[in-house]
Amino acid sequence: MKPDAIAIILQTGLLLLLAPLVSGLVRNWKAKLQNRRGPRIWQTYLDLWKFFRKDMVISEHASWVFSFAPHVVFFTAVLAGLLVPMVTVQAPLSLFGGVLALVGLLALGRFFLALGGLDTGSAFGGMGSSREMTIAAIAEPALMLAIFTVAIAAGSTDLSRIVAATLGPDWRLLNPMHVLAFAALFIVLLAETGRIPVDNPATHLELTMIHEAMLLEYSGRNLAFMEWGASIKQLVLMTLLVNVFLPFGLAPAVASPAALGLGLLAYLAKLLVLAGIVVVVETTNAKLRLFRVPDLLSAAFVLAGLALFSTFLFQ
Amino acid sequence: MEHLPLTFLLLTLLGYVAGAVAGLLCLRAEKLANYGSFGLASLAALCGVVASVSMLAAGTGGAPQTVQLLPALIPYVRFTIRLDPLGLFFTLLVSLVGLALSVYSLGYARGFYGRKNIGVLGAFFNAVLLATTLVFLADNAFFFLIAWEIMALTAYCLVSYEHEKEEARNAGVLYFVMSHIGTGCIMLGFLLLFQASGDYGFDGFHALGDRMAAGPRNAAFLLFLAGFGVKAGIIPLHIWLPVAHPAAPSNVSALMSGVLIKTGIYGLTRVLFDFMGTPPNWWGVTVLTLGTISAVLGVLYALMEHDLKRLLAYHSIENIGIILMGLGAALMFLHSGHPVLASLALIAGMYHTINHAVFKALLFLGAGAVVQATHTRNMEEMGGLVKRMPKTAFFFLVGAVAISALPPLNGFVSEWLTYQSLLQGFGTTSSLIRLMFPLSGAMLALTGALAAACFVKAFGITFLAQPRSAHAEHAEEAAGPMLAGQAVLAAACVFLGLFPTTFLRLLDPVTQQLTGQQLSAQLGLANGLVLAGATATGGTVSTPGLLLMAVCLLPVPLGLWLVLARGTTVRRAPTWDCGLQGLTPRMEYTATGFSKPIRMIFKALFRPRREVQRDYDFSPYFAKNLRFDSHVEEVFQTRIYRPLTWLVWRMARKMRALQAGSLQAYLIYIFVTLILLLLFAL
Repeated sequence: MKPDAIAIILQTGLLLLLAPLVSGLVRNWKAKLQNRRGPRIWQTYLDLWKFFRKDMVISEHASWVFSFAPHVVFFTAVLAGLLVPMVTVQAPLSLFGGVLALVGLLALGRFFLALGGLDTGSAFGGMGSSREMTIAAIAEPALMLAIFTVAIAAGSTDLSRIVAATLGPDWRLLNPMHVLAFAALFIVLLAETGRIPVDNPATHLELTMIHEAMLLEYSGRNLAFMEWGASIKQLVLMTLLVNVFLPFGLAPAVASPAALGLGLLAYLAKLLVLAGIVVVVETTNAKLRLFRVPDLLSAAFVLAGLALFSTFLFQ
Repeated sequence: MEHLPLTFLLLTLLGYVAGAVAGLLCLRAEKLANYGSFGLASLAALCGVVASVSMLAAGTGGAPQTVQLLPALIPYVRFTIRLDPLGLFFTLLVSLVGLALSVYSLGYARGFYGRKNIGVLGAFFNAVLLATTLVFLADNAFFFLIAWEIMALTAYCLVSYEHEKEEARNAGVLYFVMSHIGTGCIMLGFLLLFQASGDYGFDGFHALGDRMAAGPRNAAFLLFLAGFGVKAGIIPLHIWLPVAHPAAPSNVSALMSGVLIKTGIYGLTRVLFDFMGTPPNWWGVTVLTLGTISAVLGVLYALMEHDLKRLLAYHSIENIGIILMGLGAALMFLHSGHPVLASLALIAGMYHTINHAVFKALLFLGAGAVVQATHTRNMEEMGGLVKRMPKTAFFFLVGAVAISALPPLNGFVSEWLTYQSLLQGFGTTSSLIRLMFPLSGAMLALTGALAAACFVKAFGITFLAQPRSAHAEHAEEAAGPMLAGQAVLAAACVFLGLFPTTFLRLLDPVTQQLTGQQLSAQLGLANGLVLAGATATGGTVSTPGLLLMAVCLLPVPLGLWLVLARGTTVRRAPTWDCGLQGLTPRMEYTATGFSKPIRMIFKALFRPRREVQRDYDFSPYFAKNLRFDSHVEEVFQTRIYRPLTWLVWRMARKMRALQAGSLQAYLIYIFVTLILLLLFAL
């Protein structure tokens, strides 16, 4: 249970290095599926490298909040990542917080992200902030209800315990509770990471953009932290999904290097499958009108509610 | 030594009395009145903090100590206070917030110099603090009601302090009427308790509910719920709150939102957990449901506001809802025989009570400073204040993060405890009613996320970007005492957020008194670094741990800066203006625009109306003049209270025949009533 320094360092490293790769992979696959060549899969790393080496231009209307926000976004994403079991069953920092802390940390990042969007006085930033907070607000009940369903089944909000409980002998691939909660969380994942059909990550300077609108005024290393933080957040949510609902292949809490390697392979395989699903969904769907998004998210809420209800029927 | 805390407590009461007298004596010397009354109030409140903390930390074994303040002059009325943990916990709350507010007022009252009478303000301010402290300490129903009435009346005077404004007068009257409807309900409730116990003392009321018949017991529950609910601002009894709180001077708004509405929570806790015995299940279900509804609707209405103080007032309704969720869950657990879980839920409610007192008072103080500097409460005319009032902005940001329940501050901790108790409550029964727990949890999540949206708006529009009016452009930082008052509360937010396990020890005597459990040892792990749910497997969280970890991660960005970003420069340039001739404040996003998506999504509730008038020459897209009017319907106002008011008026007109001004007729009424009562008594 005690936080283990080596595990923390390893998982931090994994979060920092893997997140850009997943973003790059999704972008590359999406292009391939649309008969384009697309960027290389490690393009995101090069972008980050480039942003760090660039000079910054900061709006003269902006205050300290503007430069503070990227760091909050980055730190909260990494901290949230340390609460999720990635390769082993045991999350390195699970003593310091479970799934409620994870949601809280991501919300803190979003809070400052939205303030950063408002700080420059640009109408685009304000529009992005407004939409981001709205969508987050209506996604939150579905997210929490789905999480509660698995937390109640495990009797704990600690993600390591939730994973351990799911991993137990009763685990079945098509347990209705898990299937429904997974579907709900998948929709929330699309909304929270700004993917089609909720937001278009590939857009710049369109009136439909949400996440990008808040980043318009950022440049240099501030932009790097924002982009990196966003991709880490995406990795954290994807990890949450694959490890809570498909926990097979996770290495035990105390594992030999070989077992760890095997666990890492299994984790990467699961992640790739989920990334593939996201790519297919993004390619086969059109972006929804902003005021149609609540319908999608209330569908997620209903799915989560059904998941909760199904615990009664299939006990 | 043993009597030292008690001496401090009596000094507190005396200090408030002295402060009130000082205010009245210096009616014509405003500087003297300011320093005398608010200075004495600060000292008195400080004594109150010391006294209540030391008494709570010592724990109280056995029967609570009682102290007679004044000799008994009238039969039945005993002016005695009792020092039991529940009352002391709330005394801590009023003293802590009172301290910050009194210090703040030393600077804030300067804004009234030459315009208003500071002596009156100081006297009423002390009086309301005294009355509130006595409400929390009263030992019998009579004394409680007397203190309650003094509190309500002095608060009325403070709401209508700026009586030259029509808004303040109307707000005062509405508050007065609603408050007395509530008091009436509470009186009836106490009469029912008196009938069963035969005495007005709180000792005699203890666990009385178990001995009462179901009918009067349920009636008493409903009466108290309505009576204290009015004071707390539970929806649908909240109607006065968003009107009265903003109309008062800001230090009083902070007191009302931070402390006075907590007297309702105190009353409910006292009655439901101390007097009423083991509750039937529907009580808990009712309280939990009302709490959930208040939380969600409160925050939704808050989002529609662009009046900074009204926005904060609606958030009080939301937070009262969150507190009630804890209390309601605790009642349900008491019913199903889970005292440990009940204590956890009760702790969650009490923790949120003090948290809300601290951060809401902080936010109102910040709003007060902003309103004083910009001469408007309309957020659309603010903006850019983070550069002009940097310290106020920082404190407001602390309050905003805390109230949005974001880690690592205090709002997160109490909501975490609430989530924990709701989640663990799922296992307490096997009936369908247990679905209520996760569903309320989901609604709590909705509330939290909407609150975050609302405070992005409140902070972002008020403090960030360019100033939207000349007033905002020329705003200046608040005076020293005003900043000091905010600093005290901001520090309290940080302390309550980072050291919850230390603070929880003060709640041990409270839960010991009400549920017979002490949980602080179970809730604190790893030398108090980690906060746990009632069971070790339920989940743990550590706000200081997360903060420490963030500090440990600092080398990552620092290293990247040093290695990659060495030699890069930072240039300031205007925000991109789409190639127009410079960005003006009129192009900024407005508060109304910010909340538009929410307004559209929940339009069934808000029934938004808008009117747009355009003057144009050739195309409506190039208007010369544009008038935009947006309006949101307050369902409770239009659907419940307006018909009700109309009904009351109609009845009053009919009753007018009885009250024709003839003294003889009145005497006959009294005589007939007396005869009837005597007959009834036979």
